Amino acid sequence: MTGTNNNLVEARGLTFQFGSRTIFDGIDLDLQRGKVTAIMGPSGTGKTTLLRLIGGQIRPTAGTIHVDGQNVPGLSRRDLFELRKRMGMLFQSGALLTDLSVFDNIAFPLREHSGLPETMVRDLVLMKLEAVGLRGAQRLMPGELSGGMARRVALARAIALDPMMIMYDEPFTGQDPISMGVLVKLIRDLNKVLGLTSIIVSHDVAEASAIADYIYVLSQGKVVGQGAPDELHNSDSEWVRQFMQGTPDGPVPFHYPAGDYAEELLSPGAGR
Amino acid sequence: MNTFQQLGRYALTSFQRLGRANLFLLVVLAGIPGLAMRVRLVVQQIFSVGVLSLVIIVVAGLFVGMVLGLQGYNILVDFGAEQSLGLMVAMSLVREMGPVVAALLFAGRAGSALTAEIGLMKATEQLSGMEMMAVDPLKRVVAPRFVAGVLSMPLLAAIFSAVGVMGGFFVGVGLLGVDAGAFWSQMQSGVDFHEDVMNGVIKSIAFGVVVTWIAVFEGYDAVPTSEGVSNATTRTVINSSLAVLGLNFVLTALMFG
Repeated sequence: MTGTNNNLVEARGLTFQFGSRTIFDGIDLDLQRGKVTAIMGPSGTGKTTLLRLIGGQIRPTAGTIHVDGQNVPGLSRRDLFELRKRMGMLFQSGALLTDLSVFDNIAFPLREHSGLPETMVRDLVLMKLEAVGLRGAQRLMPGELSGGMARRVALARAIALDPMMIMYDEPFTGQDPISMGVLVKLIRDLNKVLGLTSIIVSHDVAEASAIADYIYVLSQGKVVGQGAPDELHNSDSEWVRQFMQGTPDGPVPFHYPAGDYAEELLSPGAGR
Repeated sequence: MNTFQQLGRYALTSFQRLGRANLFLLVVLAGIPGLAMRVRLVVQQIFSVGVLSLVIIVVAGLFVGMVLGLQGYNILVDFGAEQSLGLMVAMSLVREMGPVVAALLFAGRAGSALTAEIGLMKATEQLSGMEMMAVDPLKRVVAPRFVAGVLSMPLLAAIFSAVGVMGGFFVGVGLLGVDAGAFWSQMQSGVDFHEDVMNGVIKSIAFGVVVTWIAVFEGYDAVPTSEGVSNATTRTVINSSLAVLGLNFVLTALMFG
């Protein structure tokens, strides 16, 4: 299956329920090798949950997720860990180990898995740090980094084992315009230079449209739109257009469901 | 009816947690043999769990020993038996006060720190991050801390008892004028190595397992928010203190009953 199939990640009928809440309701996804795919949708649609499902940290209620030909929910713990060595993940918070320096954070996966001598680990770490432009920050502790720098260090760590794919969880959230630009450039360059497959979970329409080859739009557990960025901007679906253009009112109402406004104002103290 | 429902739900969640805690312990124990290759991790943790608890253990041991010397003298002198002060101080420390008070202090100092550290690592996605780097946090983070706690506890209890005996000596011999020779010789002939000292050591090993187990489990099981971590830290101190006191009664009944 591997090699002949052009999709690195394939989800079929993916359903996930958390308690009584249905997060995903039978969604199908195809993520092509070597491409940047963005998963977009409003906050609370379970985009991060999707990455956790692909990474095998949680199991779906139903359906399959194949990564490089292997069905992730069906893997043994050992095989899952082997697969994860070929997946990188960039967490929203960076998830750097706070008791290790920048250098040791990037060396961490190498020391755990590669068994390489320390001199070679050092060279590899310096190369990864140079790639994200932070070789000069190698002695700093994670607490001394700005948010954008922490994310770049985390990115260097995610590519430390030369994975086949990287999952980005909200990489642009809370970044100033400069570090946003740096991240956009890094994600695009890494994807091209290292031949990676990238999955970006985001609700930043402009940035995601700028780097993604293909976009899935999720809402309420369903895929509501998919296609290349410009196709989606001119989508037939009113909902997708509202999301892509960021208009405040439309199929998604501005108001949270509530009773009649005048009635509530006039009823004395009923809310207390 | 509602009260019964709540009681039932409380009982069910408690037993579920107990079950999770037991499974958790099994997985951690399974991760211990792998630590033979990475002794450095355990040594680091013995430093932060054990060595950093030394100050509070030494200071508390000194004061407890001094109070034992003072109170013991006041009682014994009425019977003209103040020569036995050394025996009394050593016996109370080695059998009970050493293991128990050291374990309570350990729960407050090291147990709460372990819970907070692991809970924060969970809240800041560090544990998930490790899992995604194909590193098992139970083996890499929890197992070394567990081993360090279990190894440190008996040593801390021994230091507590030793310093306590010195405190009793200062007060009894230095302040109250008990004969130094009688103080030591009565202690030497009265305290039995197997019966008293070793039972105290067994107690402190048991307390080390219980306190560290509760601490690492509460951290790992914490709700990953700042409120959840602070609640977990509180639960660690309460649960492990009560567990130590309850377990001490059972062990005392079995050993000396």
